[in-house]
Amino acid sequence: MLERVQSERTQGDRTMIDIRDVTRSYGSFKALDNASLAIHEGEFFSLLGPSGCGKTTLLRMIAGFDTPTSGSIAVDGQPMDGIPANRRPTNMVFQSYAIFPHLNVEQNVAYGLKRLRLDAGEEKRRVEEALAQVSLTGLGKRRATELSGGQRQRVALARALVMRPKVLLLDEPLSALDKKLREQMQVELRRLQQAVGITFVLVTHDQYEALAMSDRIAVMFGGRIAQVASPKEIYQRPVNRQVADFLGGMNFVKAEIVEENGASLVLDTLGFGRVKTDKPKAFVRNGGNATLGIRPERLRVLWDNATAKFEVAGKVVERHYFGEITHLIVEIPGLEKPLSVTETNDFGADDIPVGTSIRLAYDPEALVAMAD
Amino acid sequence: MTAIKRFLPGWLPTYAGLYIVFLYLPVIFLPIFSINIAATPKFPLSGATLQWYEDLPRTPALIDATWNSLMVGVSASILSTVLGILAARSITRYRYPGRRTINGLIMAPLVLPEVIVAISMLLVMLQLGLSLSLFTVVLGHVLVCIPYSMTVLTSGFEGFDRSLEEASADLGESAFGTFRRVTLPMVAPAIISSLLVCFTISLDEFIIAFFLTGTEATLPIYIWGQLRFAAKLPGVLALGTLLLLASFVLMTVAEILRRRAARRTQSEGGLYA
Amino acid sequence: MTAAAEGSRPLRMAGARRSPLLQSEAVQGFALISPTFVYALILLVLPILVVIAHSFWTQHYLTIDHTFTLENYRIALTEPIYRDLLWRSLYISLTVSLLTVVLAYPIAYFISFHGGRHKSLWLFLITIPFWTSYLLRVMSWKVILGYNGVLNSGLMGLGIISEPSDALLYNSTAVIITLTHAWATFAILPIFVSLEKVDRTLVEAATDLGDGPLRSFLRVTLPLSAPGVISAALIVMIPTVGDYVTPKLVGGKDGVMIANAIQAQFGKASNWPLGAALSVTTMVIVSLMAGTTVLIIRALQRLAR
Repeated sequence: MLERVQSERTQGDRTMIDIRDVTRSYGSFKALDNASLAIHEGEFFSLLGPSGCGKTTLLRMIAGFDTPTSGSIAVDGQPMDGIPANRRPTNMVFQSYAIFPHLNVEQNVAYGLKRLRLDAGEEKRRVEEALAQVSLTGLGKRRATELSGGQRQRVALARALVMRPKVLLLDEPLSALDKKLREQMQVELRRLQQAVGITFVLVTHDQYEALAMSDRIAVMFGGRIAQVASPKEIYQRPVNRQVADFLGGMNFVKAEIVEENGASLVLDTLGFGRVKTDKPKAFVRNGGNATLGIRPERLRVLWDNATAKFEVAGKVVERHYFGEITHLIVEIPGLEKPLSVTETNDFGADDIPVGTSIRLAYDPEALVAMAD
Repeated sequence: MTAIKRFLPGWLPTYAGLYIVFLYLPVIFLPIFSINIAATPKFPLSGATLQWYEDLPRTPALIDATWNSLMVGVSASILSTVLGILAARSITRYRYPGRRTINGLIMAPLVLPEVIVAISMLLVMLQLGLSLSLFTVVLGHVLVCIPYSMTVLTSGFEGFDRSLEEASADLGESAFGTFRRVTLPMVAPAIISSLLVCFTISLDEFIIAFFLTGTEATLPIYIWGQLRFAAKLPGVLALGTLLLLASFVLMTVAEILRRRAARRTQSEGGLYA
Repeated sequence: MTAAAEGSRPLRMAGARRSPLLQSEAVQGFALISPTFVYALILLVLPILVVIAHSFWTQHYLTIDHTFTLENYRIALTEPIYRDLLWRSLYISLTVSLLTVVLAYPIAYFISFHGGRHKSLWLFLITIPFWTSYLLRVMSWKVILGYNGVLNSGLMGLGIISEPSDALLYNSTAVIITLTHAWATFAILPIFVSLEKVDRTLVEAATDLGDGPLRSFLRVTLPLSAPGVISAALIVMIPTVGDYVTPKLVGGKDGVMIANAIQAQFGKASNWPLGAALSVTTMVIVSLMAGTTVLIIRALQRLAR
């Protein structure tokens, strides 16, 4: 199994799920609006967005629990139109886990295998293997009702993986777990995906989860896909304010477009002055203005007489202590909104009194231009 | 909880105890006087005997009535449970306009005076030229049993997580296979519970049977007929005691099963909701 | 391996995508409920319509004259016997529903707030008598209240009375006692359910804001359980107005109710239209009474501020 997948992986970015112009409407409401997406073989792909953005609808259409109003979905080159869920090469981990309460762990995992009429030894071997993959060896005889949340989640995973699907779909699988267990499971899920090499499609509303686990992320809003890129690019080069905002804190500064050419933009701002930035691929100007963004952790406090090539000066108006970091709100003359600054506490940022005048250093690379 | 605990007037537990006595006391007299030697139910008791019970199997009319009741009960419970399953499934799983109205209509016999339900059905059946028989009794019993069946089954179906069926389909199972391997085992206790509840109601039901039967008597009709004769009272008490016992056993089993079903589907409520 | 095996199947199945109409939730749900719905239509709605129709017709010995007339309603509302029976039935059902609700509330409160781990056992204890035959329960009251019955002989045995009293049985009080007992469970359950829904922190909030136990009960718990009280009252009031067995067994001459008169019209007297008119009148009047009760309880609920 592993070998087969690995050999195929070398084929590179072969498309596993091809979503073309898919729309799903309920009356006049469009849960999904003309979405197109290619998910590669063997990648860990996340659909990220707030509730109601259409991510679950899309996942359920891949699984076969929902039907596109228009458009098509193909898995591994096979069109899925009219193929019911039970004949698709996909398996799903449900948000509620949907562990059959009248069966024990082993019977749950073997549920789908029964249809294949394997000989008893083979079935048992595969169940054992799946349980081992999710570290549940020895718990096969447990009743489903006696399991903890984390264990139920592992059973759901084993039950899907034992089918050796081409695609594993995960519908908010970690949302029911507490914070600590969730972080542990993120690492394990990622490790598991790399071990089995199956394409994973994860639906989540938790940006950290998506950033931590995925090869690529599609950020969705209001039934539309806003951006598809690697976690790093999504975080550092969001295509618009909505994406930037959803992926964590971002300072927004009004900017005027001075010059626009193929690869770069020159912007005039109050506070940051004239700035030259890379032009985002998806940048489409909307009038003469744009927005310049910078993440709070990309602004550094300049201590004493230290200087930097790029700096802004301002006054601390609020200070919030968060243990390993401190959050400063700094008013910059000329900026309509104060800047948020996240600084580690190694050098005493937690001791800066409110009212202090400080200077902030930044790297022009960290400035992102976004269309208004 | 401490704030709530404070408002527990001292009389409340006592009152609760007395209330239970009030509920049970009248019913307790039936078994007591059914083993009393004297034919009139009065104190002091005149000694214990099983003679009234021994007489029961020697009464052909009673044997007939028992058979009639069993037949009516079995048919009515099966029919109303089948109709109850369809309706409860529809109500718990689908959303559609008029759902509440239809549900209200199906549940209505629960709150309508039985006499009026009975005479209305009688009128229609006579108009349709149906001759009154145990069959018409079954038709009537099904109507009054459906609401109870619905209540039991809805509590069994309600918490039923739809993703369980989706998970089954996702794992390759067909629609029929999903029904057989997931849905049925999950709701079986609720279905059996509904059968028992409906059987008990049919067994005990008097008014509708009284109006809709032809010449055949069910057990309650037999009892009603015997009540005119004071001398027959001890026999009626003995028969009544047996019926009470049957109801008690059936309902206890039904309740245990219903709870098991509710626990399986992780929902609460049922007869109490 | 399913994946690979399934994936390689011929994928285009003829007409696989079903028409959206058949797939729609509404149609599936409606199709599923329709057998039960049709059953209720034929055996409940149709019969009631037939009864209403009959109430406007006239009986001529064995045939029915289908000319429209209000004569039956005139008789039902003005003939002293029917008027009296109707009033008595309404009086009895109102009293019974009031009694059952008042008696049931503390029990429901006790089980809901202090039932603790034994909550379901309490509920079970209370429901069991309800599942026994109604006829038998009424019969047991006959045994208790009769001239030679349990109560008389018991009281005589204790020396409290010297000869049996005939005041216990065969009057409307006996009917009220019997019905109150018979419908007790029906009143407890809805009140219990609505008390269960009362958020306990609301009571704590009221206490926190300075209300004593009694005040927080009157200002928070009681008004919030009003829906349960309403359904308890209705669930007892409407069926009891048409009770047949109880008046027949323990009511005697003074305890006869409207249902006995209705039955007589369909039995011995054989005047179906009059029986139908009496049924319709009873239902209309009890609905009005029920509606008024709901309005009164809602008004009281609003007063509790």
